[in-house]
Amino acid sequence: MTSWLDHTVNGLIIGNIYALIAVGLALIFGVSNLINFAHGSVYMIGAYTGWVCVAAIGTPLPLTLLGVVVGCAALGILIERFGLRPLQGAPRIAPLLATIGIGLVLEQIAQLIFSPDPRALPSQLPAWRLPLGSGSIGALDLFIAAVGVVSTAVLYGFLRFTHLGWAVRATAQDRDAALQMGIDVHRVNQVVFAIASALGGLSGVLVGMYFNNIFPAMGFQATLKGFVAELIGGVGSVPGAVAGSLLLGLIESYGVALLGTSYRNLFAFLILIAVLVWRPNGIFSSTRQVPPEPLTGTFIAPSKPVHVPRWAYAAATAIFLALPLIWRDSYIIQTLTNAWLYGMLALSLTLVAGTTGQMSLGHAGLLAIGGYASALLALDLGVPVPLALLLAGFITAALGTLLIFPAFRLRGHYVAIATLAIGEIVGLVILNWEGLTRGPIGVVGIPPLEFFGLPLYDTSALYWVSFTIMVLLALLQWRLTQYHLGRALRAIREDDVAARAFGISLNRYKGLAFAFSGFVAGLSGAITAHMYSYINHETFNTQISLLALTMIILGGMGNIFGAIVGAVALIGLPEMFRAVAEYRILLYGIVLLLLVRFRPQGLMGTV
Amino acid sequence: MTLLTIESLTRRFGGLTAVDAVTMHVQEGELVSIIGPNGAGKTTLFNLISGVDVPDAGTIVFGGQSVGGMPAERLAALGLARTFQHGRVFANLSVLDNVLIGAHARLRAVRPPTGLFAPLAELTLALIRPAAVRAEEERIRAEACEVLALFGERLLPRLEHPAYSLSYANRRRLEIARALTLHPRLLLLDEPTAGMNPSETAEMLDVILQLKERGLTILLIEHKLALVMQLSNRVIVMDDGRVIAQGVPEHVRNDPAVVEAYLGHSAVGADAQEPSVLEVTA
Repeated sequence: MTSWLDHTVNGLIIGNIYALIAVGLALIFGVSNLINFAHGSVYMIGAYTGWVCVAAIGTPLPLTLLGVVVGCAALGILIERFGLRPLQGAPRIAPLLATIGIGLVLEQIAQLIFSPDPRALPSQLPAWRLPLGSGSIGALDLFIAAVGVVSTAVLYGFLRFTHLGWAVRATAQDRDAALQMGIDVHRVNQVVFAIASALGGLSGVLVGMYFNNIFPAMGFQATLKGFVAELIGGVGSVPGAVAGSLLLGLIESYGVALLGTSYRNLFAFLILIAVLVWRPNGIFSSTRQVPPEPLTGTFIAPSKPVHVPRWAYAAATAIFLALPLIWRDSYIIQTLTNAWLYGMLALSLTLVAGTTGQMSLGHAGLLAIGGYASALLALDLGVPVPLALLLAGFITAALGTLLIFPAFRLRGHYVAIATLAIGEIVGLVILNWEGLTRGPIGVVGIPPLEFFGLPLYDTSALYWVSFTIMVLLALLQWRLTQYHLGRALRAIREDDVAARAFGISLNRYKGLAFAFSGFVAGLSGAITAHMYSYINHETFNTQISLLALTMIILGGMGNIFGAIVGAVALIGLPEMFRAVAEYRILLYGIVLLLLVRFRPQGLMGTV
Repeated sequence: MTLLTIESLTRRFGGLTAVDAVTMHVQEGELVSIIGPNGAGKTTLFNLISGVDVPDAGTIVFGGQSVGGMPAERLAALGLARTFQHGRVFANLSVLDNVLIGAHARLRAVRPPTGLFAPLAELTLALIRPAAVRAEEERIRAEACEVLALFGERLLPRLEHPAYSLSYANRRRLEIARALTLHPRLLLLDEPTAGMNPSETAEMLDVILQLKERGLTILLIEHKLALVMQLSNRVIVMDDGRVIAQGVPEHVRNDPAVVEAYLGHSAVGADAQEPSVLEVTA
């Protein structure tokens, strides 16, 4: 019995931390209908600001907290002013993509300044602990709980009783009407971002002290947990976010007690999917919604695709086929091989996110399924490598479609969150299912690619294999989307209500799109696995999903040739200037931001 | 023969009953209009009939089959086509592709009859594209151009233009062309002339008359009463979610309940006008 009390206390403390993140996300969503992917990075910046105060300057606790609050509020104001305000009137998914870019940039800047390694953030609170049950509760635990309660109360008072809070609520309900009534919605947005970011930063520094450990990538998981909590309570609701956070904290705590720590995140993401599917308005609501107007979740800028004559495609193919014979720099050839593998991923993503309008942020999960399937088939069952590759494609098509199926009924932003979570779930299942996947150790000694029994180690041979497969897949995809299937998929993207009214079953066609997309991505992951000869649960991470997204936006959403252009531009070019290798991810973030702002149709135009 | 029968159909949104025990029917070959003030529940009724929304109570029988709550895509396959109140063309698709979507529910060669592996068969056929599939595609393309010819030179010269580049009136025309390409047994038109000027409205009137002469069964929501009086076999008047009157146009025009719904109670306005006001709004 007593141990349950400990788990409850522990769950409530973790829940309180989630609440500080979720409340900020809920505030921002309420006012600007935006899922702020940069929130976790603000939280991370909060932790590092705290570290600078404590370790470098040596401020006392109140000053540390003040520094974090002021610094993060200022950061929030900057994000709102320069990252999001220029995107008013853009498709609703555009600000979401911008926050992904901002998040990447902040994380990379922190990595460049403070190095990617974790560092300690000592707690500035007294070390006494109060015995409670079989365990104890410390000053920091109580302090975190107090900060959670006080900031929620202050926020409630602000929203309820102050003039500005009133304006915030009015803006949340109807932005245009608020504007008509003379409310300065820009200022409201700015205030909301400042408050939300201050809360996020505060929770970052508290979490850092709690675990005595901070690292630049800490924000990503925090953002996801914040989303889960917010979704449980109902998106955009501040009290709901608090309740959802406490509930999530408790569920995680009990779950970890039952199954072990490595399952902690799995719970959060499974709950996320369950809530999205069964109670998309949060577990406290049950209203049946009227179908909304179209074009809420797509990112297709009206544009004419750049016309490329057929002979140009043929010429480009011939040149790239001949390249290893002409340019004998094996580094360049390896880099381009890598670009072709990413090109397949981009082809796969552009079919679902571009052509079908289902913004997938978990595409690396498909690579992982393909990679593991092929590696394990070849290693454990002795399947010849070429057959294993093909089977991996089909397995990924089937398994990927099955996994994403619950998200088929979602629209717009929710698809993005659900696929992100599904991608995470794939990684976590791989990590935990040791019997099949070898768990954290990874798969070692994967046999190399082979051609009729002849193993391929030669750089040029690998280049030709991956290039040929990519070109074949691109041709297949082009043929597939030319007539009725292309029309049906794009109709779903443009307006799913009207598409259904004309006999297009959403499940069937989203299923077909994800199946083909899964086949292509699975093949890419499988080839990668055999080339690397070693993979683990982190080989195909979310950063790869985001990179693929940047590629297809760069090339032009839905544009098959554009996807390949995007892959070459983002993989090939930075590698060729080896000096900038350290800044690569920073560069991707900046490219994504600039594209969303200045050239949403990409280089080759949307299709 | 009765094509559509609706009985005691009800849909509530929270405390509001948008469609309240509506009972009505449409005969084959008939053109029936639904009129009524804004918020009367006309579009909600259309959403229920076309499967976009699910009724809370009541039955809908279409072509002898109970279809209440059936998903929209299956209704389309049964031959029910609609247009939308505010126009919902596929903005980034070309005019031709928009019309071709209308033929989707009729595709047979590339979409073999349903079965467990039907989606995979469809994927394979779309990839291999055998002669039958190519012939079908050619046929529906020719049909699409025929349908577009209904609107003269309005849309035909713009076949490859994206739909977002069309004028408002042309988008409404495109929606009707898309619906006709489905070869519907019943066509639901939701305010086809909204936002059109008098000459465009007259043009639309001609088009709908042509469709009626071809024997197409049409259920029409319209605010322009001159148009309604000229086109309809029967008129159904809705107010506050309920049917308050129905019958031939002349009968409905003089119904006191209708006049009251449109103009308020005669005791409220001191000099409430005679029913002829209905024509003024047209």
